[in-house]
Amino acid sequence: MKLIQKTLIITGLCVLSFSQTACDKFLSVDPPYTQDVENFFQTPEDYDRALTGAYDMLQGSFLTLWLGEIASDNAIAGGESVNDSPGLHQIDGMVHGGVNNELRNVLRWNYTGITRANYILENKDNIDFPGKAHIIAEAKFLRAYYYFELVKYFGDVPLIIDRRIGIEEALQIPRSPKTEVYAQIEQDLKDAAEVLNPVASQKGRATKGAAQSFLGKVYLYQNKFTEAAATFDEVIASGSYSLIPNYNQLFSVENENNSETVFDVQYTGLEGGSYGCLICLEGNAAVGFQGIRQYNGPIYGDGNSYNLPTQELYDAFSSIDPRRNATILDIDAFIASQPNPASITYAIGAGGHTGYYNNKYIKRQGEIGLPDNDLTSPVNYRVMRYADVLLMAAEAHYQLGHTSTAQQLVNQIRGRAGVPGINVNSINVIYKERRFELSGEGLRFFDLVRTGQAATYINGFVVGKHELFPIPQVEIDLAGGNWSQNPGY
Amino acid sequence: MIQKLFIQILFIGFAGLAFSQELFVSGMVKSDQDLGLPFVKVQVKGQNTGVTTDGTGFYRIKVSDSTNTVLTFSLIGYEKQEVQLNGRLSLDITLMELVNNQQEVVVGYGTSKSKELTGATTKINGENVEKMSVARVDQALQGQVAGVNIATNSGSPGGSSNIRIRGLSTFGDNDPLILVDGVVYDSEGLNALNPSDIKSINVLKDATAGIYGVRAANGVIIVETKKGNVNSKPQIEYNGYWGQQQTSRKLDLLTAQEYAVIKNEMFGLSGQALPFNNTNLGVGTPWQDSVFQTAPIQSHNLSISGGTLNTRYSIALGYFNQDGIVGGSKSNFSRYNARMNLSTDMSPKLKLNTVLLYSNDSRSTLPENGIGSVLYNTINAFPTVPIRKPNGQFSYMEEVSDIINPIAQMQNQYNWNTANKLVGKEEFIYNFNEHLSFTNRINYNVAFVDAKVFSPLVWYGEGKYANTAINDQLESPTVELAPGVEINRGAAVYEERSTFVDLTYESFLNYEKTFAENHKIKGTAGVSIFQRKGSSLSGTGFGIPNNSVAYADISANTAQGGYLNNVGSWEFTERLVSSFVRAEYSFKEKYLFSGILRRDGSSKFGPNSRYGIFPTAAAGWVLSDESFFKVKFINYVKLRVSYGVSGNDQIPNFAYRGLLNGEGVYVFDDLITQGVAIGRPSNPDLKWETTRQLNIGADFTFWKNLDFTTNYFIKNTFDLLFQPDVTAIIGSYGPGGYPPVINAGNVSNKGLELEFAYHIRKKKHFSTDLNFNVTTITNKVTKVPNGVDYIPGAGFSVGGDVATRFQEGYEIGYFFGYQTAGIFQTQAQIDAASVVQEGAKPGDIIFVDQNGDGKISFSDDSDKTYLGSAIPDFTFGFNFNVRFKAFDLSGMIYSAIGQEIIRNYERQQPYANQLGYMVDRWTGPGSTNENPRVTTEATRNNLFSSYYVEDGSFARLKNIQIGYSFPAPKLKKIKVDSFRIYVSANNLITLTRYQGFDPDLGSSSALSAGVDYGFYPQAKTFMGGIQLKF
Repeated sequence: MKLIQKTLIITGLCVLSFSQTACDKFLSVDPPYTQDVENFFQTPEDYDRALTGAYDMLQGSFLTLWLGEIASDNAIAGGESVNDSPGLHQIDGMVHGGVNNELRNVLRWNYTGITRANYILENKDNIDFPGKAHIIAEAKFLRAYYYFELVKYFGDVPLIIDRRIGIEEALQIPRSPKTEVYAQIEQDLKDAAEVLNPVASQKGRATKGAAQSFLGKVYLYQNKFTEAAATFDEVIASGSYSLIPNYNQLFSVENENNSETVFDVQYTGLEGGSYGCLICLEGNAAVGFQGIRQYNGPIYGDGNSYNLPTQELYDAFSSIDPRRNATILDIDAFIASQPNPASITYAIGAGGHTGYYNNKYIKRQGEIGLPDNDLTSPVNYRVMRYADVLLMAAEAHYQLGHTSTAQQLVNQIRGRAGVPGINVNSINVIYKERRFELSGEGLRFFDLVRTGQAATYINGFVVGKHELFPIPQVEIDLAGGNWSQNPGY
Repeated sequence: MIQKLFIQILFIGFAGLAFSQELFVSGMVKSDQDLGLPFVKVQVKGQNTGVTTDGTGFYRIKVSDSTNTVLTFSLIGYEKQEVQLNGRLSLDITLMELVNNQQEVVVGYGTSKSKELTGATTKINGENVEKMSVARVDQALQGQVAGVNIATNSGSPGGSSNIRIRGLSTFGDNDPLILVDGVVYDSEGLNALNPSDIKSINVLKDATAGIYGVRAANGVIIVETKKGNVNSKPQIEYNGYWGQQQTSRKLDLLTAQEYAVIKNEMFGLSGQALPFNNTNLGVGTPWQDSVFQTAPIQSHNLSISGGTLNTRYSIALGYFNQDGIVGGSKSNFSRYNARMNLSTDMSPKLKLNTVLLYSNDSRSTLPENGIGSVLYNTINAFPTVPIRKPNGQFSYMEEVSDIINPIAQMQNQYNWNTANKLVGKEEFIYNFNEHLSFTNRINYNVAFVDAKVFSPLVWYGEGKYANTAINDQLESPTVELAPGVEINRGAAVYEERSTFVDLTYESFLNYEKTFAENHKIKGTAGVSIFQRKGSSLSGTGFGIPNNSVAYADISANTAQGGYLNNVGSWEFTERLVSSFVRAEYSFKEKYLFSGILRRDGSSKFGPNSRYGIFPTAAAGWVLSDESFFKVKFINYVKLRVSYGVSGNDQIPNFAYRGLLNGEGVYVFDDLITQGVAIGRPSNPDLKWETTRQLNIGADFTFWKNLDFTTNYFIKNTFDLLFQPDVTAIIGSYGPGGYPPVINAGNVSNKGLELEFAYHIRKKKHFSTDLNFNVTTITNKVTKVPNGVDYIPGAGFSVGGDVATRFQEGYEIGYFFGYQTAGIFQTQAQIDAASVVQEGAKPGDIIFVDQNGDGKISFSDDSDKTYLGSAIPDFTFGFNFNVRFKAFDLSGMIYSAIGQEIIRNYERQQPYANQLGYMVDRWTGPGSTNENPRVTTEATRNNLFSSYYVEDGSFARLKNIQIGYSFPAPKLKKIKVDSFRIYVSANNLITLTRYQGFDPDLGSSSALSAGVDYGFYPQAKTFMGGIQLKF
């Protein structure tokens, strides 16, 4: 009854005196019995669930596994035909422009990740509870991860922090200078590293070491070698990580989340999916796509022959380097070595054929998920391996003149791989070692750009243009048309 | 007070004494239609007292002098008459209806004389609605009002029409605001309204509808139900009709023999085995003959109305029942109505109006107007296959996975819904004096809607999409609940109960006064509060016993442990708070000015844009009242102009709020972990669509008999509510994400409306009313959302191209595809053509190279072009009503010219049956330049092109009726006031070149209008009826 009286009074006020506050109250109707965006974050569990949502977008990183290789001298696009994912083929040939679905997805998915992280950070003061600081730290780590992806691809990008934006505002937001975005990434990673546990409470969660390693990487991308070296040294000194003995076992499902794992994007084969929505998958789409087309034989599964290593990459390896065969599958040699070669068949896609497949991320029997198993590989994407940390540390130290430290780090990598040590007498030795150790992992293009070597190695690469990818024209238009396109496009 | 009464009594007593010889004059007052007129006020001139005619028009009045006494006869809507008795004691009078400009028109929170109107408003009388003999009032409105286009969404019983006042102005909901006695009815809810209960309909078309503010942009339709009359005896009225319906058209489909010949040619020319060894198969199965049936329709209405000195009442009962011409009782609509209108003077100054409308309407439906609908299957079913196989089973047609036996399909459909609706109004009007009144009213609209869908286990043949069983033994599929735990799905039943409660409170003052004779002011000011609450509970039960509809209730489910059964629910509240002011001033009823201001606050919109102010200004000039106006044959001229702003709020509730319906799933510890994520992001800036409308109009009366009204309007709608692609930085493109509802895009409608009304009254025996209206509207999208070239609309064929678009510079939902230029006759012609058409062979359709690059591009849209639109260039309505002695003839013709229709009911698949025109297919050089070859090869002949676009123009005799009224004197003897019998036909004749079932093809979605998937046609109906009053 009291409620009715109150409602009546409010309505009366609203109508008779046109009282704004009374009207606002009457018109502020919450959807009954519904948790929606505006009334969430009431319990610790709400924060935890939102954080899971923010992690979800990491699974779109498989695009970097493709683009980081295909754009470089490591791989060609492949696939069924040149019209199969034309965006990849254009990037392969360095003829990409303002219409590119893959680049549009990079932009969309990473901003969705940022928005999901920002949604938590926007509401960080709603309630207090033990463990909140860790959730906030994870959210910051994720936001830094997504912004770093964007800045690698596009340079200056709109910097939106701790809030969601409305459609009107979205039309006004400019691209922030790269330096500002990097500053925010650094801050987020520092904040995260302070709070995050050295050992994850659950496999897949961000750790202190992951935040530090990314921070070092971010420094390195800005040629801040002193900060980079210091940060990597902290990771190394923490003793949390070590190289696993056998390089060949690095990329199998059963060896996931090992001592060398600094940060993996987690995938599972427990849920099916469809081609219509690759970001909806819980499996690693790259693995199935990179499989052997219509393959019928042992060990491997069939796939779509994407992201095929080049002859040049194969030839770059020393024939005694076991990492060559661990990185690249020479399909004809492999078939010939099998007991009954004639029974093994595969098809060549019209999108290109090199005879080689990415042997790190390839569909193997026993590692396939639910149907459609082209889409639902459980193989994690190793976005930060300890080997990468060591090589980045070597690079930073070398740039600072600490050649012996650099040499020791490089040879630690070579020793594990089973190849003789090397005299690190040039930065190029470290760059090459990065290629041998990390090819097929989506790093090559960004390494070449970062180190100024892209024009030397990539056919058609235009200095001053191809360091950055173009912002899809439609996204410029949708954002109100105020952003300038990256130079040269 | 008492004193006054006392004096009156004294006076009457004295008068009685003085004139001991009492004189009475009596007679009948009739209309020019020769019908008795009740409630005519009969007075002795110079005296205040008088009498009123009874239900038959009879009056008896006491006079003091039979020579010099002048009697006056007056009735609202009729010309007043004064007659000197000259010794007569019996006097019959015929009253002439007033010319239009004195009629009373409802304008929202008040009424106005049509002469005083400054807006574009059209009134339709209830008789014109009732005469159409249709289930729904929207069907009856077609062609009645210029500027109101009505297209039928479905010809099935209870099927709705879409009402478009002055064009399509938005991407989303274009329905006008419909108010029945002040209560909001949505378009679907019109099923509850009995057309026989309607007294009048007023359509507010221009910006003066802005008195309804944020809801007025699509126009306003104000329906008033019938009321009783003061001081009249109870009049009982029965109206009823019975009829039979049949389809207005069957398609010309291939006979079995033609089918076999064409299919043999199709497969043979492609080098495949011939499907038919013997093509001599005769007519085969005429599926349409079995699908279409003759179906009954009936309507009965019984009412009683009347009044005492201070109370008026009208009470009615109605029953309507219509079976479908497809599916009979499987496609049925029935309705029971009860109505009570009661007005009473509670005190001399306080009046109560109360309305209570109860309805119970039920509808059963079949799948219609889509791929997989009954008629789609009927058109495409093979004529070579019998309905049933010799063993009694339905035949399968297994060659095509998505064509199922339509007879089997109808038999397996069980879809019902029932709505119980209670609508009412309690209105208190306090008259302070003759100038000022204060109205307070509460309206309510309570609806209980029940739906039930029974899905039996069915088998239509191997591989059919619609199968729910796993084989022809109707075995149930199983569902694995956990490893090793499998249960049968069985037959399923879905039930839903929804409740909607609308409450409106309105309070307003009306003031009207004339100063110094010439200055008249009118004012209205008030507030309105509206709240709608809705809730729903639904569930599905599996394992219904015996696969039988007899147990189609969730309670009968046998799903083990109830594991499969599921439930759903929703709830919402929406509110609208408004205040409004209208001020009118007129000088000598010659110069008219009015202004409207409405402020609305709506819970539908975001906190940043919750309130809107909607102003309107209008002016009129009665030119013919000027002394300088001396055109003899023009009796009346008024010029009008109005301009104003109104809104459209028809979006889902809470659209401004973000939803947590995204997918936020990640893998921790190798386990799939459910989180949450924003699906649709919020848009706190979300607001109504805004329409700015200019109306310039003129009203004329020529030669006293011909009324002519014309309006020209420009209606621009801004900030259309959309869900188009948005920028990536909003962050809505994760799994389960979709764009927010935003305001973007503009649409413009310009149009011209002409209305002619011609009345001939030649005394008693002959009268004619002719009404003719023409509307032309130009519709154009003037802006699309940023960064978007167009919004794709309806698709063509199965999995085909997008055929309609929302794009700047074109009509909403215009057709976009390849233009054709005949058929390639020879290979030489293909080789020599200046335009390269990849893959073309002789017999294929020639496409036109739109961009002039020398080739037809099939990978992009560069050679596609405008192919028409579903928006007519002109619509016409023609109403006639002729009466001669006791006979009357009336009719209604509606025509829409210049719209196109996409023929999309043909399954582009080798085995599907085809239309008769395929007999004239291309068979070799010179055979035809119209229809392509038949082949099973992949061709581009089935790409969406002008080959599939047809002229949808039509003219239709919607209703024709011949009636006979029995002579009143004879009826009098058996105490009957009037008795009329009639025969009537609906949709008797349709003139069109369109090949499909029905060219009157609407769609509730603006972007799929004009796409024919096998439309449920309107029935051709023959009826007989009676109207009885006593």
